[in-house]
Amino acid sequence: MTPEEQNFMRKINAEEKIEPKDWMPDAYRKNVTRQMSQHAHSEVIGMQPEGNWITRAPSLRRKVVLLSKVQDEAGHGLYLYSACETLGISRAEMIEALQKGTAKYASIFNYPTLTWGDVGAIGWLVDGAAIVNQVSLQRTSYGPYARGMIRICKEESFHQRQGYEALLVLAQGSPEQKQMAQDSLNRFYWPALMMFGPHDSESAHSAKSMEWKIKRETNDDLRQKFIDQTVPQIEFLGLEHPDPAIKWNEERGHYDHGDIDWEEFYSVINGNGHCNRQRIEHHVAAHEEGAWVRDAITAYNDKKNANKIKNVA
Amino acid sequence: MTTEKLELFEVFIRSKRGLDHKHVGSLHAEDHAQALEYARDCYTRRSEGVSIWVMKSNDICASQEDDAESFYDPSDDKPYRHATYYVLPDPVNNM
Repeated sequence: MTPEEQNFMRKINAEEKIEPKDWMPDAYRKNVTRQMSQHAHSEVIGMQPEGNWITRAPSLRRKVVLLSKVQDEAGHGLYLYSACETLGISRAEMIEALQKGTAKYASIFNYPTLTWGDVGAIGWLVDGAAIVNQVSLQRTSYGPYARGMIRICKEESFHQRQGYEALLVLAQGSPEQKQMAQDSLNRFYWPALMMFGPHDSESAHSAKSMEWKIKRETNDDLRQKFIDQTVPQIEFLGLEHPDPAIKWNEERGHYDHGDIDWEEFYSVINGNGHCNRQRIEHHVAAHEEGAWVRDAITAYNDKKNANKIKNVA
Repeated sequence: MTTEKLELFEVFIRSKRGLDHKHVGSLHAEDHAQALEYARDCYTRRSEGVSIWVMKSNDICASQEDDAESFYDPSDDKPYRHATYYVLPDPVNNM
């Protein structure tokens, strides 16, 4: 190991954070950039399935709540893009990678939101799963990422609570409403479990990420945490658990669960989910429609600077 | 030499790796390099920091406290942005 590498590993082992101007191995930089940009893209693409329901939310209260949640996601995308830029990649490069498909986002957002119940299920399960992951990432080794996670976790709690609350109302409503809640749970439960990524034995990036403390807990451990915390929440709603194999294991102190359909996971990740094309097309369209705003800002700045020079002269 | 001819710099210190840089005060200096050394001599005499940022005070664009009421008004009537707004029964309240 070179002295730089030794110093880097010393910091990692001593639980010190790596900061933007510190020396770091290229592979570390690449790995954190990949993970953070993917995280940022997820926040931004994640606005689409929920945004789909803003105009149709069942009451004014639900509408402002949902609008506020979607705004938060935009903000979280911004925190993460900015933190990622400290590693030397530009915003434009990241957006291009997303739009060309070389960068991924959480594949859960390739599922459609068919009913109002789905909005509740996303808040409760998708944000719930994200929180489990993000709480763990508050201890990630890259300083700007860790600090961003602390801020995001603080804001995220309302997302999960509003989703669960919305489903609770449905679950305690008419038989049709309860059925809607059950249907949403059934459709979003398994994709939410897939959010934690493949099993540790199959995960391409896991080993190095754990060694460098980019990731602090393995995919399977985080997934188990989420499975355990979700069981009593499903029971309280009075809904049926979507996994018939779910069973408390006294010895392990965890719930045993059924197999995840990994074929579906890889199929959706590789572009064959219900909404993959729609999500990217929408992102490209929104980006292009906003070009005139960016152009106007640049033109205004140029003009202002030109005036300044003229006045000085 | 008078301080009037020198620029004012704001000093931010990271007390420990992993924490944010925090504003600790200001000083006059000729340029950034000198400000950094002064900041070290002045503000980290007892190893208070592991990293220092200095920036010209003139480069800071600040909101006005007098305008706080109208400036922050848009978020005053939005209690639903807070987790506590959502009342959940005890058995599931730990989310």
